[in-house]
Amino acid sequence: MINGLKRLVNWIIHTQIWLSIFRQGWPNTERNRILTILNTCLFHLHPLKVRTSGLKVKYTFCLGGISMFLFIVETITGVLLMFYYRPTVEYAYQDMKDLEFAVTFGLFLRNMHRWAAHGMVLTVILHMCRVFYTGAYKPPREYNWCVGVVLLVLTLLLSFTGYLLPWDQLAFWAVTVGTNMAKATPIMGAEGPFHILSEMSDMCFYLRGSVNISENTLLRFYVLHCIALPLAAVVLMSIHFWRVRKDGGISGPL
Amino acid sequence: MQERVDEVKPKEAVSEIPKKPDKLLAFPHLVFKEFIALMLVSLVLIIISMVLNAPLEEVATPTKTPNPAKAPWYFVGLQEMLVYFDPWIAGVMIPILIIVGLMAIPFVDKNIKGVGIYCFRERKFAFVIFTIGIVVWFGLIIFGCFFRGPSWLLYLPWESWDIHKPVISKGTYILPLYIGVPSVMGYYALGMWLPTLFARNFFRALSPAKYFVTMFFVLSMFGFIGKIPLRFIFDIKYVIHTPWFSI
Repeated sequence: MINGLKRLVNWIIHTQIWLSIFRQGWPNTERNRILTILNTCLFHLHPLKVRTSGLKVKYTFCLGGISMFLFIVETITGVLLMFYYRPTVEYAYQDMKDLEFAVTFGLFLRNMHRWAAHGMVLTVILHMCRVFYTGAYKPPREYNWCVGVVLLVLTLLLSFTGYLLPWDQLAFWAVTVGTNMAKATPIMGAEGPFHILSEMSDMCFYLRGSVNISENTLLRFYVLHCIALPLAAVVLMSIHFWRVRKDGGISGPL
Repeated sequence: MQERVDEVKPKEAVSEIPKKPDKLLAFPHLVFKEFIALMLVSLVLIIISMVLNAPLEEVATPTKTPNPAKAPWYFVGLQEMLVYFDPWIAGVMIPILIIVGLMAIPFVDKNIKGVGIYCFRERKFAFVIFTIGIVVWFGLIIFGCFFRGPSWLLYLPWESWDIHKPVISKGTYILPLYIGVPSVMGYYALGMWLPTLFARNFFRALSPAKYFVTMFFVLSMFGFIGKIPLRFIFDIKYVIHTPWFSI
């Protein structure tokens, strides 16, 4: 029985299909383990070898990785939610109710999207703290720290633009409070110090697409939330990860 | 045979061989840990998503303003700052200064020690300043989330929002310009000057430009934090008040 299984496994990993996917053999030798990292698209983000100090969970608390994983969760659940959601004043709230009561696992999907988003904001902030407290922003990693700060801002903006989409009282007024701040921008805001622009052309108007929060705002936030900001985040995340490698891998004691 | 060869080796040569390898293969050492972390996060996320429902209130009604209207929790800190500052500072200048200040950190921190370890002793100044910033940031968030009720008045978490509350700090006092402007300028000037006398090593370690930038952000941060007791204890609304802007 066991011999039969072994022969079956042996046959499978020598078929042309298997070998076309996995170029290297079973990763039980050092050579094959190195080849696994080199030949696998997802793994090649990793260096071949990692500092033992950087491997400790107590050092990184996996915060960067968890942030990225939550971003992937957000992407998957977000795409699924997009099938059921229409960004118009007429349908947005109705679609939320449909997600809750009519769509199979709709509520679970929305819950996951919401809690993962909160989790991501938290892990990104904690990741920044971890990097600060281990001095991992110091040369040659200055630039990557700045990319990380921009990624933190993008995370906050992603979360904030998503906050409006349910179109309930919570969403509407939280975003009213948030975007009202733009009115106070010096010079560029209609109510800020030294203002030169009217209510119809200031920063707040460009954020909302109208004087008050309206269907234009909903569409703007939807497009930003689903396309512009995620794309920007993916580009910056690629630079962020690439730079970690280029700057000598995860920080460690000299 | 192998043991014999080892015995013959001189002691110095043996000590050169590191006992532990400094680096390990990413597969399996790193990849497996990542996999376990992701499984645990998935598990927690799935359980939370099953137990806790995402909030959904009534449909948005532009004519019905809730009291209080709170921002998402990560912006509540800024909303809380609105009590102490006008919106152009609380909503625009403070976030910009925080972002620029964070980005400036690696360029003004000349201390190359303490990389790759959690080490307080070798970088006390950076540690303390950053920690104060983070603690105040989260303190404001917690305060705004749990201790603020209708009209953004002070309500303890277990108090009902139905009871009437008096306004604690009305912001009755506005400092006249001849006190406000010199005191703010004096605060920055003294803040810049005193470390050159009492923290000479810190001053000398930095170039003038780096010293100026560091101290500007540090003093601004403490200035923003300092306005909170000014408002709460001394009931001061503005330190500087002009027809165009107020601080």
